[in-house]
Amino acid sequence: MDLIANLSLGFGVAFTPINLMYAFFGCVLGTLIGVLPGIGPVATIAMLLPATYALPPVSALIMLAGIYYGSQYGGSTTAILVNLPGESSSVVTCIDGYQMARKGRAGPALAAAGLGSFFAGSVGTLIIAAFAPPLTELAFKFGPAEYFALMVLGLIGAVVLASGSLLKAVGMIVLGLLLGLIGTDVNSGVARFSFDVPELTDGIGFVVIAMGVFGYGEIISNLSQPEHEREVFTASVTGLFPTKQDFKDMAPAVLRGTALGSALGILPGGGALLSAFAAYTLEKKIKGRPGEVPFGQGNIRGVAAPESANNAGSQTSFIPLLTLGIPPNAVMALMVGAMTIHNIQPGPQVMTSNPELFWGLIASMWIGNAMLVILNLPLIGIWIKLLTIPYRLLFPAIVLFCAIGVYSTNNNTWDIWMVAIFGVIGYVFIKLGAEPAPLLLGFILGPMMEENLRRALLLSRGDWSVFVTRPLSAGLLAAGALLLVIVLLPAVKNKREEAFVED
Amino acid sequence: MNIKSQKDFFCGLMFMAVGGAFAWGASTYNVGTGARMGPGYFPLMLGVLLAIIGAAITFAALVVETEGGGKIGKIAWKPLIFIILANVVFGILLAGLPAIKFPAFGMIVAIYALTFIASMAEAGWKLKTTFILATVLAVGSYIAFVLALKLQFPVWPSFITG
Repeated sequence: MDLIANLSLGFGVAFTPINLMYAFFGCVLGTLIGVLPGIGPVATIAMLLPATYALPPVSALIMLAGIYYGSQYGGSTTAILVNLPGESSSVVTCIDGYQMARKGRAGPALAAAGLGSFFAGSVGTLIIAAFAPPLTELAFKFGPAEYFALMVLGLIGAVVLASGSLLKAVGMIVLGLLLGLIGTDVNSGVARFSFDVPELTDGIGFVVIAMGVFGYGEIISNLSQPEHEREVFTASVTGLFPTKQDFKDMAPAVLRGTALGSALGILPGGGALLSAFAAYTLEKKIKGRPGEVPFGQGNIRGVAAPESANNAGSQTSFIPLLTLGIPPNAVMALMVGAMTIHNIQPGPQVMTSNPELFWGLIASMWIGNAMLVILNLPLIGIWIKLLTIPYRLLFPAIVLFCAIGVYSTNNNTWDIWMVAIFGVIGYVFIKLGAEPAPLLLGFILGPMMEENLRRALLLSRGDWSVFVTRPLSAGLLAAGALLLVIVLLPAVKNKREEAFVED
Repeated sequence: MNIKSQKDFFCGLMFMAVGGAFAWGASTYNVGTGARMGPGYFPLMLGVLLAIIGAAITFAALVVETEGGGKIGKIAWKPLIFIILANVVFGILLAGLPAIKFPAFGMIVAIYALTFIASMAEAGWKLKTTFILATVLAVGSYIAFVLALKLQFPVWPSFITG
């Protein structure tokens, strides 16, 4: 079996002491930022990207991946104990998780989230291992027209994910695409929109945008609101283990959440957030056993399903990145950046040209998930203590890490001035209710889209119908159109708005 | 005509302005044809698209009734200014400004400055706590970034180390 040979290669890579160490480091850091509200995986990965220059590429990616899925674990802790989503994907976990904690059942809620996440993470890893090779085969059949169509589909997916107005999200994507075009045009060598500033001919660094908008913008906005009174249920975390009845209730919910999350994670624009929302909605629709605690009052299924789903989704969202080289969400967009830093061109050729990287990363995800269960369940006390750190000690540290990270990308103060500008822009976005995640995705995809559009139309001699006459490309565009129609249907539209209002 | 949603109205205006600017800028480059796209083709397309989207959002903001008027609310000038200032001062102190012959003070001084300025963004900051925090951050950063990760930073003021 190829799969077993591949996985054993992967585990061979992942089990080296250095990679184990970086996986562990990533998981700890991921849990940490997951637990702390106000800082998410996007800003953290952006901050740490420059620091990975010195590492071997496999170790760097293993660590960054660990931060992403680790933050999904940590986010649930805060959601359950403080009723604040530590991560955006834990928003729905708050609803039932916090109610369980209030009833003195914080332990079982944390266990349900942790064990569900571990199960989902393991399944997600297996799905990547099983589905990546055939998808890679398919990817080699992709021409520029298909890539362009796929990116359009991905960007539409990102719109569906955005919580505010659809039109604004589309606008943010286009704005991101435009920002991505700043710099030297690879085909003609013309420096576009650079205003004769030498630093701008290289384009704007995505680290700068990510940190400015997600780091500084968020901090400024957080500070403008009075600090939430945090009611932490520290004393009540006793009796971690769920009862037999809890297990019976949560097992099917975990399975459903995992299945749904895995499927939605692969979709362009999908990932942890969408998966968690969908899983909670599904769980509410399914009738439980008679006499069960109603949803919204501490139903264990309402914790297990979305937590499994967000973990499965965060794992499988690596599939489009690893097979097609196309990032499905903002975190994956940063992973593209991490790969390019190490001179790895993301895409189907990664698996053949860097098999140890590809399989090592996948194997490390399973190891990381196992580490996370240990980190999050027996050691929960440490993380709870962290929750008592006030924000006023945290935000100067975040500002510092952003500034240091941004400087070390190029050892150039230019980037520090740029991040200041994007910090202001990020705050403007928040004030205007425009979501920045689609912007970052557009920014990464901008140059790729232009390149593929040019090539496709060059091959077809300027005939735009090439996008609909090639079956694969037509299919992808049709899927995108279908997605848009579904979202715009009045019934779905109202549901979607309702779902996002709940947070 | 009343603005029904302030947020959307100004968001739309922003998109229109930025889209228009990009489209105008793109038209100064060679646009080319579909088969042979010049550097201006794709940005021109996107710029026009963004301007149209902006116009649609602005129009909707004038017509569609929004709950609470979609108010933008107060601008948090204090955090905005202090956070951005902390960042800029950090940059100036870290590497200096060769243009005005401002010497580089290095990472340690820059960290203290950043921590103090950033802390002032919040009401009720305390000198002692901030000083301890800055010290912890300076020592931690030195160990993590300079000793462990071996990143290239000017650590001490250039007029001391030479």
